[in-house]
Amino acid sequence: MPTGWIPYVKALVHVVCLLPFLELLQQYRSGAFGLMADPVNYITHQTGYWALFLLMASLAVTPVRRLHPKLANLIRFRRLLGLYAFFYATLHLATYLFLFSGYDLPTVWAGLRAGHPGAIMDEWKAVWPTILDDLKKRRFIQVGLFAWTLLLVLAVTSPALVMRWMGGKAWRRVHWAVYAAAAAGCVHYWWLVKKGVRAPLPFTLVLTALLLARVVWTAMHRAKKARDVAKPAPAAVSTS
Amino acid sequence: MLIRNGGIEGKIVSSEITPRQKFFSRRDVLTGATALGVGALVLKQVPGLIHPGAVHADEKLATVPSKYTVPDAQTPFSKATTYNNFYEFGTDKGDPAKYAHTLHTRPWTVEVTGLVKQKKTADIDSIMKYRPIESRVYRHRCVEAWSMVIPWDGYSLSEFIAWAEPLPSAKYVQFLSDDKSSDMPDKPGGFDWPYSEGLRMDEAMNPLCLLTFGCYGEALPNQNGAPIRVVSPWKYGFKNAKSIVKINFTDKQPHTLWNDANPPFYGFYSNVNPNVDNGGPQSHERRIDSSAFPKTIPTQMFNGYGDQVASLYAGMDLRKYY
Repeated sequence: MPTGWIPYVKALVHVVCLLPFLELLQQYRSGAFGLMADPVNYITHQTGYWALFLLMASLAVTPVRRLHPKLANLIRFRRLLGLYAFFYATLHLATYLFLFSGYDLPTVWAGLRAGHPGAIMDEWKAVWPTILDDLKKRRFIQVGLFAWTLLLVLAVTSPALVMRWMGGKAWRRVHWAVYAAAAAGCVHYWWLVKKGVRAPLPFTLVLTALLLARVVWTAMHRAKKARDVAKPAPAAVSTS
Repeated sequence: MLIRNGGIEGKIVSSEITPRQKFFSRRDVLTGATALGVGALVLKQVPGLIHPGAVHADEKLATVPSKYTVPDAQTPFSKATTYNNFYEFGTDKGDPAKYAHTLHTRPWTVEVTGLVKQKKTADIDSIMKYRPIESRVYRHRCVEAWSMVIPWDGYSLSEFIAWAEPLPSAKYVQFLSDDKSSDMPDKPGGFDWPYSEGLRMDEAMNPLCLLTFGCYGEALPNQNGAPIRVVSPWKYGFKNAKSIVKINFTDKQPHTLWNDANPPFYGFYSNVNPNVDNGGPQSHERRIDSSAFPKTIPTQMFNGYGDQVASLYAGMDLRKYY
């Protein structure tokens, strides 16, 4: 990709990544949620789906850019995609905490407008035991929260400033956690659905393919290195 | 008659035509036109939300009121008929409304087999005429922790059982659902079709247990289990077999589809019980009613029907027999 294109493509990526969120907003404004039997379930599913989708997209950047030297600057989009994945994962978690749990937003809102900020905590106290019970009993919630925590660490350490401060090696090591987060996301999905539902299969296959691509590339890279060591290598290659 | 997806014959069914008074009663045609425009906009912006192909059996039933009616606010028809678990038509809750049009509900017969005086087969129309159809508003609690309040139309299963004449040795009644490929071409794999459910004889004889032919005063939409299903409101929804083709009386506890698929989650009894976690905490439920977002409310023991059914389980450890 010519370097000059990058700002435009970046703008496009922003728009595409924001579309699912804007669609949800539009559905809220248009009253479409009122027609759905279970809009909370729908919002939970949409935000979870896009979190996983964008996580896979960010993981696809490295294998794709290895295909051709001209694709090398795709790296400029990896952090963006990862941060949007975190954005949707956070919306997903917030949906669970504020809509699914029974937290009564309209009551809190009415309380705030009447000048009682304590309503925020009162509602929390009411739903907290249910959330804790869920967390103790439902393994899909445990693994989901684990995945979100990993994404939080990655998001916090994503600015270039933090990367410089940490040092490239340490930073890369921490960011390997993205594999764990993606795997935990898939497990979260499998544990959530009832037996017989295969909806998480596409994500699982994509993740497997992306991980395999890395394994294959590393093996090829090592073999090449071994060959290069066996033969006296030309100076230009050995410095790369 | 059934309005099938798109209408094979493409005919306009009388029920689709707005009644004359309704049409002319619009005080302001402009208001109507505006509403139409807004409606079209909403439809355009949320494709797939409203299913024009949703199956809707618009056949009014003559019903009589019943004392078995709860005062809770009812779930709107549009929600109760587009949010269904009917895995034969797909595992997403929107799937049954989209795909159940392949189910043919006439001609339809129900076979009575097993420990009965005499095996027999009954036609759906004669079963429906056998007793007056009552309208009963029941709470409906899904094991997925959501609930609805639905006016069902039918009569007590006990009346049908009396007609079926089971032998004294019959201890359980098993319901087998339709699984013909012509009716349900895309059943998901991994399940032991046909759908099988069952009740202990005394549970089945409890007057609350409803042999159901309709809801909201109309013949059951296909996605809700047309043309004949069972509703036992003190149990989780999956206990209520849909589109029944065979009723079998046995002396052994019948196998049930969900118990086969995942025994720790789905027991044979599956009574609504906030204190026992089948497949997740069951202490609360999200009530789907006319409000935009479901409200979370505490779940009641036996779904609030303890007065009528608790005695059936006297002395039983409900943690063991979940």
